[in-house]
Amino acid sequence: MDNNNILEIRGLKSYFFTEKGTAPAVDGVDIDIPKGQIVGLVGESGCGKSMTVRSVMGLLKYPGRVVEGSILFDGEEIAGLPENKLRDICGRDISMIFQEPMTSLNPVVKVGKQVRETLLVHNRGISKTEAKAQVIEMFRKVGIPEPEKRYDSYPHQLSGGLRQRVMIAMAMICKPKLLIADEPTTALDVTIEAQILRLMKELRDETGMSVLLITHNLGVVAELCDYVYVMYAGKIVEQAETFELFDHTAHPYTKGLLSSIPRIGQTEERLHTIPGVVPNLLHLPKGCAFCNRCELADKGCKGSSPELIEISPGHMIRCFKNAAGEAVASDASSAGVKAPGTGASDKAASGEAKKSESEAAEAKAEAFDKAGHAGEEGAL
Amino acid sequence: MSSQDMKDIKLNDELQLEIGERDGIRDKLKKMCRQNHLAAISAIVILIIILMAVFAPVIAPYGETEAILIDRLQGPSMKHLLGTDELGRDLFSRMLYGSRLSIAIGILPSLISLVIGVAAGLTAGYFGGKIDYVIMRIADVMLSIPSLLLAMVVMYTLGTSTVNLFVALSMTGWSSVARVVRSQTLSIKESEYVEAARSIGVSRFKIMTRHILPNCIPSLIVLFTLNVPSAILSESSLSFLGIGVRVPQASWGLIVNQGRQFLFTQPWLCMAPCVAIMIVVLAFNFLGDGLRDVLDPYMQR
Amino acid sequence: MKYFLKRVIGTIPVLLGVILLIFIMLRIVPGNPAVLLLGEHYDQATVDRLTEIMGFNKPIIEQFINYILGALSGDLGISYKYSRPVTDMILEALPYTVRLAVMAAVFAWAIGLIAGIIAAVNNNNFIDRIFMGFSLMGVSMPIFMTSLVLQYFLSFKLGIFPMTEDGSFVSMILPAIALGWNSAGSIARMTRSSLIEVMQADYIDTARAKGLKRAAVIIFHALKNSLLPVVTMMALQLSSMLSGAVITESVFAIPGIGRLATTAIQNRDMPVLQGTVLFTTVIIIAGNLIADLLYSVLDPRIRKGE
Repeated sequence: MDNNNILEIRGLKSYFFTEKGTAPAVDGVDIDIPKGQIVGLVGESGCGKSMTVRSVMGLLKYPGRVVEGSILFDGEEIAGLPENKLRDICGRDISMIFQEPMTSLNPVVKVGKQVRETLLVHNRGISKTEAKAQVIEMFRKVGIPEPEKRYDSYPHQLSGGLRQRVMIAMAMICKPKLLIADEPTTALDVTIEAQILRLMKELRDETGMSVLLITHNLGVVAELCDYVYVMYAGKIVEQAETFELFDHTAHPYTKGLLSSIPRIGQTEERLHTIPGVVPNLLHLPKGCAFCNRCELADKGCKGSSPELIEISPGHMIRCFKNAAGEAVASDASSAGVKAPGTGASDKAASGEAKKSESEAAEAKAEAFDKAGHAGEEGAL
Repeated sequence: MSSQDMKDIKLNDELQLEIGERDGIRDKLKKMCRQNHLAAISAIVILIIILMAVFAPVIAPYGETEAILIDRLQGPSMKHLLGTDELGRDLFSRMLYGSRLSIAIGILPSLISLVIGVAAGLTAGYFGGKIDYVIMRIADVMLSIPSLLLAMVVMYTLGTSTVNLFVALSMTGWSSVARVVRSQTLSIKESEYVEAARSIGVSRFKIMTRHILPNCIPSLIVLFTLNVPSAILSESSLSFLGIGVRVPQASWGLIVNQGRQFLFTQPWLCMAPCVAIMIVVLAFNFLGDGLRDVLDPYMQR
Repeated sequence: MKYFLKRVIGTIPVLLGVILLIFIMLRIVPGNPAVLLLGEHYDQATVDRLTEIMGFNKPIIEQFINYILGALSGDLGISYKYSRPVTDMILEALPYTVRLAVMAAVFAWAIGLIAGIIAAVNNNNFIDRIFMGFSLMGVSMPIFMTSLVLQYFLSFKLGIFPMTEDGSFVSMILPAIALGWNSAGSIARMTRSSLIEVMQADYIDTARAKGLKRAAVIIFHALKNSLLPVVTMMALQLSSMLSGAVITESVFAIPGIGRLATTAIQNRDMPVLQGTVLFTTVIIIAGNLIADLLYSVLDPRIRKGE
């Protein structure tokens, strides 16, 4: 175990056992989350990204089950931990924000009480009044106006943005070491989305916790993440630092994702799309899971499944066609779209990995401008 | 990939386990038989009992009212499978004949109330406004009066007879059917395909029967299956109280009523028909549950 | 409060409808009620005088209005058979039925809720199947069967309980169990399916992610939500329980409202039948209102009128 990692997932396999067969929703996933960093996990709906984090939290729903793999949290194995032991860690050391703030809060319990509950569960000595004071303080911190009044509100009386702030307050109240955010902004308006993302980043800077951010929106990734994993059909297909990923996109799937984002000033009439749909997990193609939709696929791709290989330090892809340059050229010519992020690469010269923080942020913000605004519609 | 595609995929479930062809009613029934053995067995039990009722004269060792006075109040034996009553009538034969009335009273009034309920529900849901208000208030009235008491009032007015029993039980069941059909009509009425049909001038009657009704059929099958046992229970309760089927006809409830005076000496006389009622009702309930699981999983009861 | 007032006003047409329906159904009986009232030996003059006094010759609308006005002031007419005010007869019978129904309800809700929760927590395993098998049996057993079986084994064979009602608490236990058994089954089924559904909700995941253990999740988050649909069933249960009381009262010879109705039919005593059915229905409509009120207390979304 690398001491710098708060979470290390190794060879995680979580399957759905249905009457029609076994669906490998998570099929051998390795993820590292370094302390104090924001790591993105990107993919289309149904690629297994939610399943991965649900496996960590022990929240898999029947008929889903963790089949094998190791999940090390702060050096401690939590895969296969008994339910009660796992619950002691959840909420205190690892907490989670869900996608739907509308349905993730209990409709018949006041929101303040729901947040306070987390404190009471994990701190035996704390008094209820003291806990309430802490909750109100946390409400203030996450930017909920009139926190004393809001404490006694029911979820249906709050807007979506406020509810998500309540969720964040609930997740942050015990000062966790790792925050898992499962598409925290997908259900929100664009303006609210930006606020929530900024809040999460501020909280990270302030507390030094790690964040695992799940999203299908590459714009969000560009704005927030230090490192990115791209997932497809239960496997990681590409992983790299955020700049590297946007600058030297190597996997055809990631490229497809990037080029299907509409951009202001784009001259082509039609938006690039990835042909076909996500494969049915019960009937995965024999070779590379992406081969049916890939423009570069040949016989070799259909014959056997590729392994993750490192193409440059810290950048790994799962593809036989790994020559990055060739792939970019081919994609650009066929789709007629220049991959976003290339613009950013002009400034953020790829060789200089050690750039100052402020410069990096600037460049990323630019990448967000290019890639992001599109993500408004969740249009991948 | 457009946002619409994205939505479509989401609708098809996070894991695409659901992507695939939509099953028809027949496929769903097959699925039920495969998965829910209890429901499948119940269907077979119901079939056997219906066949026994139809062929009662062939199967029954004695006639419906055939009294052999020497054999009065006998216990179960080879000669009389379930014993005899105080007039020496063979209980097994009487129960076979009684099943004809009990089953018929379970099924026929349920069918009638289904037809009334569908008509009322469709009309209320489709036309809305005052018509809806009046029909649904009438349904409320019917639902407020306990079904057994309402049936008792009807029996008082019309007089105690088997035919009137059919009428009484048909009157009580329709309101719950009407409620379900109305709410489904309301939601389907707003759908694009009904709008489309209306815009090209399809008549109201055709829209109701061709577009709305077929969508209600799965719920109706479930409702019907669950209405039958409650009708059987109502009939047996009324006959048990002596205000249902009249002698010399037999229904299971009436046989219990007659056997009741011998409860402490010849308990089988009233227990045998009780058990028969329970088996039939249980079978219909199991089947109804199974059907609901495959046909109408969102229906509450 | 506004919501509640609206609901109260909404019941008025239903109540009027119930009175009208029962009134009309009982008036279309062929024959002159005065003849029924007097019995077999009468002369035409007596019949005519009685018809005049009782108002049977007035238009049906006028009779109806008079009946409603009478009912509002607590006058439900005079029994044909016993020549006593129906209201008095109902008030005499009422305590028996109330005691029976309350005991049955306590039994049904206690057993039903516990069985439903245990079954839901053991979703789909052996224990769940056993509990659900039993509750479906409860739903499927005719009430007279439960009554007769209990009477046979517990009173006759074992002699633990008195055979019929004798005014004591102990003698009410068997009728209450017989009456509650059926409801317990449907309450258990409803509680189970509702709880299982709620356990799939997103906020249950939130509660678990917060670190709540299984029991705490069920008690603090799932139960309150899952009881909402069960509460709506309360009124329905009240209705079926009052129907069932007719039978249990008959088996255990309890002089309650149900027995009053049964004997009224045998005696062709129209005012008594009319009075008891009306009275029972009013109780059920009131029960409906209470269930609604309770629902709005449990669910803040309704309380705020949203």
